[in-house]
Amino acid sequence: MSSPTNDHKNEVPKRSLSNLDLETPDKTYLDSNELIINMGPQHPATHGVLRVILKLDGERVLGTECVIGYLHRGVEKIAENRTYTMFNPYVDRMDYCAAVSNGLGYCEAVEKLLNVEAPPRAQYIRVILTELNRIASHQLWLGTHALDIGAMTPLFYTFRDREEVLKIFERYCGARLTTHAFRIGGCQYETYSGFEKDVTTFLTFFAPKIDEYEALLTTNRIWLERTKNVGVISAADCIALGVTGPLLRASGVKWDLRKAQPYAAYSKFDFEIPTGENGDTYDRYIVRMMEMRQAMRIIEQAVNGIPEGPIMGKVPKVIKPPVGEIYHSIEAPKGELGYFIVSDGSTQPYRLRVRPPSFVNLQALDLMVRGLLVADVIAVIGTLDIVLGEVDR
Amino acid sequence: MAEEIKSPAPPPPPEGEKKPAAEKPAAAAPTAPAKPAAPAAKPAAPAKPAGPVPMPWTSPLVEKYKSQYGSGLDALTYLGQNYFNVDRSLIPDILRLLRDEEQFDYCVDLTAAHYPKREKQFDVVWILYSFPRNQRMRVKTQIADGATLPSSVSIWPTANWLEREVYDMFGIQFDGHPDLKRILLPDGWKGFPLRKDYDILQQDKEWVQINLGIESGQ
Repeated sequence: MSSPTNDHKNEVPKRSLSNLDLETPDKTYLDSNELIINMGPQHPATHGVLRVILKLDGERVLGTECVIGYLHRGVEKIAENRTYTMFNPYVDRMDYCAAVSNGLGYCEAVEKLLNVEAPPRAQYIRVILTELNRIASHQLWLGTHALDIGAMTPLFYTFRDREEVLKIFERYCGARLTTHAFRIGGCQYETYSGFEKDVTTFLTFFAPKIDEYEALLTTNRIWLERTKNVGVISAADCIALGVTGPLLRASGVKWDLRKAQPYAAYSKFDFEIPTGENGDTYDRYIVRMMEMRQAMRIIEQAVNGIPEGPIMGKVPKVIKPPVGEIYHSIEAPKGELGYFIVSDGSTQPYRLRVRPPSFVNLQALDLMVRGLLVADVIAVIGTLDIVLGEVDR
Repeated sequence: MAEEIKSPAPPPPPEGEKKPAAEKPAAAAPTAPAKPAAPAAKPAAPAKPAGPVPMPWTSPLVEKYKSQYGSGLDALTYLGQNYFNVDRSLIPDILRLLRDEEQFDYCVDLTAAHYPKREKQFDVVWILYSFPRNQRMRVKTQIADGATLPSSVSIWPTANWLEREVYDMFGIQFDGHPDLKRILLPDGWKGFPLRKDYDILQQDKEWVQINLGIESGQ
C-alpha cells in the first residue's frame, strides 16, 4: 500500500456525507481511488426511489448514505385531518405490496383504542387474508431479489403464482393490491361463496411451486456465491438497530410478534418460527421461503376452522375513541409494523404515528454493506425487502 | 429549558390540556374485556364515565425507579399498556438505566406529539421493548418549544434515523446526535409539518405562488 495522500478527501462534499467521514479509513486499498457514486433514485435495483450515495474504493464500499423521502406523502399529517374511518384506505398505500397487513395493524390499533374486538369469524378471515398477503409479498420479494442478482426466471414464476393470490383478493374485496379489506371492528365483506374452496385450491396449487422456486435457487451455485456471507448482520446488531422481521430471524433470534404477543387469532394456530444462523443473505432467503410454508400451514388451519358468526363487532357508526394513547404492532411481512395513536376524544386522530419496518430496517444497510463490493449492495438492498412507499410514507 | 415548572403530580397529568374534552365518548365503552391484563374498568371517575383512564402502574420495576426519582417520574398504565411519564431532566439517565438494568434492549420507535396550547408544547415518546421480558413500555416526557433533548443514539443506534425524523417533522433538537438533519423532507423545506400550527395547504400555496406566479385556488 502506498503512503496515504489524503488530498482527495477534501473534495468530498462535506454536507451530504458528514455521516461517512466519521469512519473513513486512513488507508485505502488502492491509492487515490476513492469515488463517490450516486445509486438511484432512478435505478431498477433500488426497488423504488431510493438514492444511495456510495463511497467506494475501487469496487469496495467504504460507506453509504441513504437519501430518502422522494415518495413522502405526509401520511401522518393526512391522518390528523381525516376521521378514523376515512384514513383506513390510506394505510394500504404505505407498504403497497402488503396492503392487507397494513390494514390489519391499523384496524386493530383503533379497535384497541376503542376497547372493542373483532368477532372470531372476522379474525379468521383477517388471518387468512393477511397470510395470503405475506405469501404474495414474499413472492414479489423473491422475484425481484433474484432478478437483481441475475436470475431472471424466478420473477416469471413468482409473478405467475402471485396472480392467484391477487385473484382471491379481487374476488373478496374487488381490489388486487390496495385492498382496504378490513374495517374498524371487523370486516365489511362476508366471504364470497367458494372462498374456502379457492383458498384450498391455492394451497394445493402453491405447495409444489415453492419447491419449484427452491429447485431454481437453493442449491444453485451462482445463487450461493452471490448470497452466502453477503450482508452479514449479527443478532446483537439487529437488536441495536431495531431490525425486525425475517432479517432478525435469519440472524438467529426466534422472535415473531405472532407468537411473542399474539394478535388477531394467531394464538389458535400451530406454526413455527423459522430462523437462520449466519444472518447472511442466503439465510434470509431460506427464512422467507420457510415463512411461506408456515403461512400456508396457518391458512390451512384457519380455512378448516373458520367459525360461523357475525363479521362486524359492536362499533359505533361514528368512531370516537376515548381520550388516550395506544401503541399496537403486528408482524408484517417486513417486520414489526406499529401504530401509535393519540386520541383527543374527537373523530380524528390527534396524532397518528406509523412505525414502519422498512424505514428502520433500511438503516442497517450501511452496516451490512461496508467492505463488500458494489454488486453486493444490490443483493443487500434486495434482501432488506424494503418498500419505499413505507420508508417515506 | 422550562424544567422549573414541575407540575406537582395531579394523578393523571399526562395530557393536561386534553382532559376537558373527555366527556362525550361514552358510547365507545368497552364491550369485551379481551385485553391481556385489562385495567380494572372504570374507577371512581368524576361522574361521567369517559372511557378508561390511565391508572397507576405498579410493579417491582416501578417501585425501584419511583424510590430513586420520586416526583420526577409517574408510572401509569392505560388499556394494559404501561408507560413512564418523566421529567425532562431525567431523560438520558432513565433511558440508559432501562436498557442496561431492565433489559429494554430494543427501541421500537421514537416520536412526538404537538400540543400548541400547552406551555411545554411537545410530548416526546420512546416506545421500548424488551426481548428477555417480552414486555413493552413507553417513556414519555414533555418539553417546551425550542428546548432540546439529549440524543439517545449512544443508547440505541436505531434512534439515529428516528431522531432525525422527529427533528424533521417537529423541529425538536437532539443534542449529541451525530448528524441531525432533515430525513424525509428536502433540505430547503420551511417549517415542521407535524406541528399543529402547520397548515396542510401552506407549502402548496407558496409553491404555486413562487412557481406559477398566481394565487393558489385551494
